[in-house]
Amino acid sequence: MLFGKAGPGLDLLVRGARVLDPAEKLDAVCDVRVDGGVVSQLGTSVDANGHRVVDGAGLVLAPAFVDPHVHLRVPGGEDEETIASGTAAAAAGGYCAILAMPNTDPVVDSAAVLGSLIEDARAEAEVPVGFLAAITRGQEGAELTEMAELAEQGAAGFTDDGRPVVAPGLMRRALQYHGITGRRLALHCEEPTLSRSGQMHEGAVSAELGFAGYPSVAESVMVERDLSLAAYEQAPLHLLHLSARESVEALRAAQASGVAATAEVTPHHLCLTDEAVRTLDPNVKMNPPLRSEDDRAALIEGLRDGTIGSVATDHAPHARHEKEVPFEAAPFGVTGLETAFAALYTSLVEPGLVALETLLERMSAGPARAYVLEPPRIAVGAPANLVLLDMQATWRVEEDRFRSRSANSWLLGRTLRGQVRMTVAAGRMAFDG
Amino acid sequence: MGEIHVMREQFLPPKPPPRRHLISIGDLSREDVERLLATARSFSRSLEREVKKLPTLRGHTVVNVFYESSTRTSSSFELAAKRLSADTMSIKAAGSAVDKGESLKDTALTLGAYDPDVIVIRHPQIGAPQLVARYTGAHVVNAGDGKHQHPTQALLDLYTIKDELGRIDGIHVAIVGDVLHSRVARSNVQALTLMGARVTLVGPPPLIPRGIEAMGCEVSHEIESIAAADVVYVLRMQRERMQEGANYVPSLREYTARWGVTPERLRPGQKVMHPGPMNRGVEIDPRVADAADALIETQVRAGLVVRMAVLYDLLTTGPVGVRTPDPLEVA
Repeated sequence: MLFGKAGPGLDLLVRGARVLDPAEKLDAVCDVRVDGGVVSQLGTSVDANGHRVVDGAGLVLAPAFVDPHVHLRVPGGEDEETIASGTAAAAAGGYCAILAMPNTDPVVDSAAVLGSLIEDARAEAEVPVGFLAAITRGQEGAELTEMAELAEQGAAGFTDDGRPVVAPGLMRRALQYHGITGRRLALHCEEPTLSRSGQMHEGAVSAELGFAGYPSVAESVMVERDLSLAAYEQAPLHLLHLSARESVEALRAAQASGVAATAEVTPHHLCLTDEAVRTLDPNVKMNPPLRSEDDRAALIEGLRDGTIGSVATDHAPHARHEKEVPFEAAPFGVTGLETAFAALYTSLVEPGLVALETLLERMSAGPARAYVLEPPRIAVGAPANLVLLDMQATWRVEEDRFRSRSANSWLLGRTLRGQVRMTVAAGRMAFDG
Repeated sequence: MGEIHVMREQFLPPKPPPRRHLISIGDLSREDVERLLATARSFSRSLEREVKKLPTLRGHTVVNVFYESSTRTSSSFELAAKRLSADTMSIKAAGSAVDKGESLKDTALTLGAYDPDVIVIRHPQIGAPQLVARYTGAHVVNAGDGKHQHPTQALLDLYTIKDELGRIDGIHVAIVGDVLHSRVARSNVQALTLMGARVTLVGPPPLIPRGIEAMGCEVSHEIESIAAADVVYVLRMQRERMQEGANYVPSLREYTARWGVTPERLRPGQKVMHPGPMNRGVEIDPRVADAADALIETQVRAGLVVRMAVLYDLLTTGPVGVRTPDPLEVA
């Protein structure tokens, strides 16, 4: 389900880092040796055996991250991102695997389009990529795609991301049918007659600024509908980019009653609120929109208690000229692959809102489990998927440092703490900063 | 684990630079407004002279860029600049490079190349004046951006109220109608509350934006509540903004029956204002529009002197509070 460049397995010794793998209950200062791309030894005074030695003193070595929500923009938007640039950005952000969304031009709704993406990923991808296919043909919300064939071809899951599946009857059919593939259904929850032409969260800030409001309830009624259908069909599902308290609460209740639902949240929804829109900066315009401080608190609480098991960047590159317009004319979406860890470390871990172990788990094993992928881990015999992190380093987010082809980041000009020093993905050196 | 509501400072919007532009009433302090109104008052006296033109802004250039149709705002800015002897240039979107698909950024760069001192812009999209401010060195005056702000309208309304009632502090203003789509309403709520007035918004629930009380105003859905106000400010029912099938109100007929401002719904002596253009017989009864207590033409006259004051203030005073000028001293 994941496809990337093949290459000779890496030989490496990381010496003296704090090795932190929450899922493996591992937290110790030790050496980690990789032989031929596989973790071969954990311990103290491990023999380098002629391998390159990286000094990990003062750094954290953790399972590399998995981003379940990336827009690689291919096919059709190669001016904004490509498989090569998007995966290079992912590697620089500490990711060893990413999942790409199918809302491209053409939409990934046939085995032919999917097959050519897989071929390209094998040639270009710096870190392995999984491709989600559409739930409905052309993401038009009318007819199901040929899910069985798409799964055989290698689809990592199914989503109409960017759009909701509006008709409840069709949603039910998708929940019933996709089960034969064993892959996840991932849902963008938005009731379009409630979100209408909404530009930002509906509340005191939108009332003052005059923007058409996109209320929380536009998301939560769809979350509630989809959870009800999932409960009825006893089918698992994954909820994309939750933004509202009501959605988190509905999910928590559904999980408690046995629904196999997972969910993700983005760094920008965890760090910002609708107050940021007062700047009228098109780089704080996204769908779903930034919501209130109360919603943000609910998302953080959901991340802490595991209701929300995954951090997803919803990395959405846009050409510069598309965002150099008045806020109202700008497209939705911001980039995030290269800043996610540092933004969350700075905003959540440093002030003590979320434990480092929790953040690492939600950025790695959590999203892997949500999509039934092998979670990255630091254990003898496991493929090397490692990220080396410097928690002391501070750095300034600057446009010319991005590996992504686009720079529509909400963090431009901000100084962040926590930097990715090295990423090993599927046994290959993906980023060596 | 600490409390969740802690917001990290670096994620808050950056602090605004010293005022160089007039984009929102939020850019102004109470002192700024008082100075602007005093300056406008001086200009109104100068307009009583035989020669109405002042040499104050000679050698300065004011460019008006209007992406939306406008009669009173564009003509009033143009005349204001001319009365102060500035060179003016007016560009309308129709017939310009905008018709050829030029982006606002490129239009701003092109106009900026002439080094204008002030760019006055009206645009249907929120955020357009900020964009022009980012790409030119000119002072930018917002003449209306989408549903966001129309600060010179609010200033001229303050001027009118002060002129008629002698003060703004403590005056009760009811703003009636389609608040949701109204930049005039937003600017006025900000301006009136800044100056100590009490504001009640009156209209059908779908046309009053949720959460607007946070701006410091009250909300009522009953037209009877206008009787308590000193000033009834009637908003235009913006038919062009009523999307097909949006169902904000079932029909204009029902709107007029329920929320139209009629003589029967007013107390004697209540002042009536309207930003224009009016839909007579929709939001305002023609008898109200033509009554002696209607201040609609006073508002238009105030528009000229207030816009003169805004141009003068941006070009001579600089950042807030540097000095309080006497505009006639220069003359």
